Amino acid sequence: MRYSLHVNGHIHTVDVDDDTPLLWVLRDAMNLKGTKYGCGVGLCGSCTVHIDGEPVHACRRPVSSIGISKVLTIEAIGSTPIGARLQEAWLKVDVMQCGYCQPGQIMTAAALLARNAAPSEEDIVEALDGNLCRCGTYLRIIEAVKLAAAGRKGA
Amino acid sequence: MSQVSPPKKSIRLPSRRTFLIAGTAAGGGLVLAYYVSGIGKSRKPGTLNAYVRIAPDNTVTIMAKNPEIGQGVKTMLPMLIAEELDVDWKQVRIEQTDADESVYPGQIAGGSMATPLNYEPMRRVGAAARQMLVTAAAQTWKVPESELVTGSGKVRHVPTGRTLTYGELVDKAAKLPAPSLDSVKLKDPKDFKIIGHSTPGIDGPMLVKGEPLFGIDVTVPGMFYAVFQKCPVPAGKAVSANLDTIKKMPGVRDAFLVPAGGQFGFIAEGDMQYSGLMSGVAVVADSWWRAEKAREALKVKWDEGPTRLQSSEGFARAAAALGKKAPAFTLRNDGDAAAALKGAPHVIEAAYAYPFIAHATMEPQNCTADVRGGKAEIWAPSQMPETGRELVAKTLGLDPKNITIHMLRAGGGFGRRLMNDYMVEAAWISQAVKAPVKLVWSRADDMQHDFYRPAGWHFCKGGVDKAGKIVAWQQHFVSFGKNNKFANSCDMPPYSFPAGRVPNLNYGATVMPSGIPTGPLRAPGDNAFVWVFLSFIDELAHAARKDPLQFQIDLLGKPELLPGEGEGLDTRRLLGVLEKVRAMSGWGKRKLPKRTGMGVAFAYCHLGYVAEVVEVAVSREGEIKIGKVWAAVDIGRQIVNPTAAENMAQGAIIDGLGEALNQKITIENGRVVEDNFDGFSPLTMRQTPPIEVQFVLTDHSPTGLGEPPLPPVLPALCNAIFAATGKRVRSLPIDTALLKA
Ligand code: FES
Ligand code: FES
Repeated sequence: MRYSLHVNGHIHTVDVDDDTPLLWVLRDAMNLKGTKYGCGVGLCGSCTVHIDGEPVHACRRPVSSIGISKVLTIEAIGSTPIGARLQEAWLKVDVMQCGYCQPGQIMTAAALLARNAAPSEEDIVEALDGNLCRCGTYLRIIEAVKLAAAGRKGA
Repeated sequence: MSQVSPPKKSIRLPSRRTFLIAGTAAGGGLVLAYYVSGIGKSRKPGTLNAYVRIAPDNTVTIMAKNPEIGQGVKTMLPMLIAEELDVDWKQVRIEQTDADESVYPGQIAGGSMATPLNYEPMRRVGAAARQMLVTAAAQTWKVPESELVTGSGKVRHVPTGRTLTYGELVDKAAKLPAPSLDSVKLKDPKDFKIIGHSTPGIDGPMLVKGEPLFGIDVTVPGMFYAVFQKCPVPAGKAVSANLDTIKKMPGVRDAFLVPAGGQFGFIAEGDMQYSGLMSGVAVVADSWWRAEKAREALKVKWDEGPTRLQSSEGFARAAAALGKKAPAFTLRNDGDAAAALKGAPHVIEAAYAYPFIAHATMEPQNCTADVRGGKAEIWAPSQMPETGRELVAKTLGLDPKNITIHMLRAGGGFGRRLMNDYMVEAAWISQAVKAPVKLVWSRADDMQHDFYRPAGWHFCKGGVDKAGKIVAWQQHFVSFGKNNKFANSCDMPPYSFPAGRVPNLNYGATVMPSGIPTGPLRAPGDNAFVWVFLSFIDELAHAARKDPLQFQIDLLGKPELLPGEGEGLDTRRLLGVLEKVRAMSGWGKRKLPKRTGMGVAFAYCHLGYVAEVVEVAVSREGEIKIGKVWAAVDIGRQIVNPTAAENMAQGAIIDGLGEALNQKITIENGRVVEDNFDGFSPLTMRQTPPIEVQFVLTDHSPTGLGEPPLPPVLPALCNAIFAATGKRVRSLPIDTALLKA
C-alpha cells in the first residue's frame, strides 16, 4: 500500500504493508534511523516519537493508523524550542553512555515539557519511567530535564 | 574505562616494545603510526595507519582505535594523545578506525583494560608528534629547541615571540625521523589541560539528533534484511521447515536452513569459547518487518538435542544434592577448615544461589555483511572484532586478509559483544544469498540466545573465635562444566578474598553439565562471587557482634599485597576506600528510622578498588526503597575524564542494583522463558537512588572503571536489608515477599 505520511514537516510517500509499524517505516522506508528499536512491544520507550504532539511508541503503531497525523521524530525535535533546549542540556550534562536509548528519552522529555514547563522531580520520573536505559544514565537524564526546564526563563 | 571483560586469566599487562613510523599523509600533512610489537599480527605488512594526522590548516585528526560501546573510549584515548601533542581539544577531530590489530593493537572493549593498556603509550604517541613539530620549528628558525614552547597547536619561539602553527610545520616534520617512544618527554601532570578535565563524549552532538551511528543504523546499497530463527533449545538443530511457504510470502527473497558450524561449544571445557554458527532457519526479505512477519509463519522441525529437559528448577535440585556431598575438586586449601570449624565457638552455615542473567544490551545484536567472491565486508558493533574475523574466516572458508571489518558504535556491550555469533550469522547468510544482508535480532532472539552469566550455588560454613576473628571458612561452589572443568566464565579464582586472610580455608567445587551457553557479563565472576563473599562476611560480622564495616577493615589485616588479579590485591588500597566510604556515608554516626539500614561491601575487581555503602528502607510489606548509595573508588593517580568516570561508575552501580532487584533468566524445557523487558528488566528510573561517587587518588598507574564499581553494590544492598529487617538475602534476585515484617 502507498501511504503519504506527514513526518517532520514534510510529506513522505512510502510503499509498505498496512501492518508495518511506524518504527520500521521511519527507519527502513524513510531512512530516519534516529528512532530506535529496543523491544518492539511498547516496553522500553526507545522508539518514542510524537504523533500530533503526543509521545507514542512507534513500534506499536501500524502505518495504516497514522492517517494525516503529524509525526515528529528525534531528527527534527531540535527545530522546536523545547527540543533544542533539551539537546543542549543533554550535551551540557553529558548524559550519554552508549546513547542508544537517548532519542527516546529526549522525545519523552520533550512531550513532558510541552505540557508541564516546570516539572517536579516526581513529574519527571513519572513521565520517563517507561524509558529504559540499560547503561543507567537516569540520574543525568533527570538533571538534564531540570536544566532544560530552567532554561525556559532565559530563552 | 570499559564495561566488560574476558575472563581474568587474559588480563595481563603485556610487556610492550613500541616504535613509531612517520611519514607524509595522503593529501598532505604528518602521519604517525604507532606499533606495539608482540600483540599485533602482521596481516598487512607495510600498512601504515595513522593515529595522528595534522592538516596544513592546523586541524588535528586523532584516530580512535577501540570499539565504542558506551564506555567513552572514543573520547578518552584521543584525549591522551591530544594532551601530549599540546593542542586544544576544540581543534581535534576524531575518526573511528576499522578493526585491524596488525596496526592498532588491543582493539577490545573488555576487562576495563583500555586505560591501563593505553594510558602511557597513547600519551607517548602525542608527545612524539609534538617533538617532531618542535624539531621542525627549530630547523625553520635555526634556533635551539630549548628556546621553543608549544601550546594550542602552535610552536612559539620564546625570545622573539614568533609562532608557527603545527599546520605550517607538518610538511617539514613529516620528513623527520620519528623519535623513539621511550625517549620522548611526557608532561608533568600538573600541566595537564585535557587529561583530568571533564570532556563530554565526542559523539554527543550527533547522538542527541538521532544520527545513524550504531550498527543497527547501517545501510548498504542493495542490501536485504534477514532474521535468523535458532532452535529455542540452544544445542538443537533445524531438521526441516516449511521453506516453500515462506519463500512465497510478500517480499521474501529466500529462506533456507543454516547448519551449525564454527567453534560453538555449549558444554565448554576449560577455556573461553568465542561462539560460532548455530543451526537455524534464515529468512531474507526486502524489509526487516517482512522478514520478521514471514518468520511468524515459519514451522520448523527441530532436533532439540540432549539438553531439552533441563530447567532452572532441575539445576537447583541437582545443586542442592551436590552441595550435601564433598566437592569434586579443590580450588584452594589452607590449614584445616573442617577441624577449625569443630573448634569454633560460633559457626554459621549458609547456602547462596543466584540465577542466569542476560546482557540485554539496549541495541539488539545485529550485523551487516557483504560476502561475495571470496571477500567480506562487515559492519559490526563488536567488542572484539578480531575474533569475529577469525570466526568468519574459519566458518565460511575465507582468507582473513579478505575480510574488512568496520567497527560501529554499539548500543551497550556488557560482554555480550565479545561473542561474534551475530557476525558469523550475517556473513553466512550474505554469502548464501550473494548480496549484502543486514541481520537484526528481535528482542526475543537477543534475550533467548545469549551467553548468560552463569547461575551458581555456594554452600558456605564459617567459624568465628571468641575474639571475633574468622578462623575457618569452607565453601563448596556448585557450577557448570564437565570432567571437573568449568564451562565458559564459570570458574572461581582460588585467590578470591578472604583467601589469605583466614588461616583455615577450603574452596572446593563441583560442576554439572548444562546446555545453556555461558559467558562473561560485566565484572565476570565478581558480579556473583563478591555478593556471596561479602554477604557471608557480613553474616560472620554479626555472629561476632562486630560493626560490619570495622569487621571488614580488621579482616584486611596488615598492609600487604595478597595474590590476586594483576600484581595482586593491595590491602592498603582497600582500607583506603573503606575509610573513605565510612566518612562519606556517615557510617555509624546517623540515627536511622525503623526498618532502615546501611550495608557495606568492597571489591578488588579489574585492578580497581571500590567500597560502597547502601542505605535502604524496607516497608512492612517488604517493599524496598534505596535511599542512597555512596561509592569510594581507587583507580590510581589520575581520572582521565571525570564526567565520563562518574557516569560510568553510577551506571555500573545501577547495573548491579538491576541484577539484585530485577533480573533472572529462567530455563524450562531446555530453553529460556523470558523474551522481553517485561520478564527481564534493567533498573528503572523510579528504582534508581541518588549515587555519590568519590575517587580516592593514590600513586598508582590509572586503571579502568567499567567494571569495578558493580560488584560491591549487591552485597552492600543485601547487608543493608539485613540491618533494616534482620532478614538475610541468600538468593537473587531479591524476593521482597520474604522481607515482610
Ligand atoms: S521499541 Fe517501542 S517501546 Fe521498545
Ligand atoms: S545510554 Fe545506553 S541505553 Fe541509555
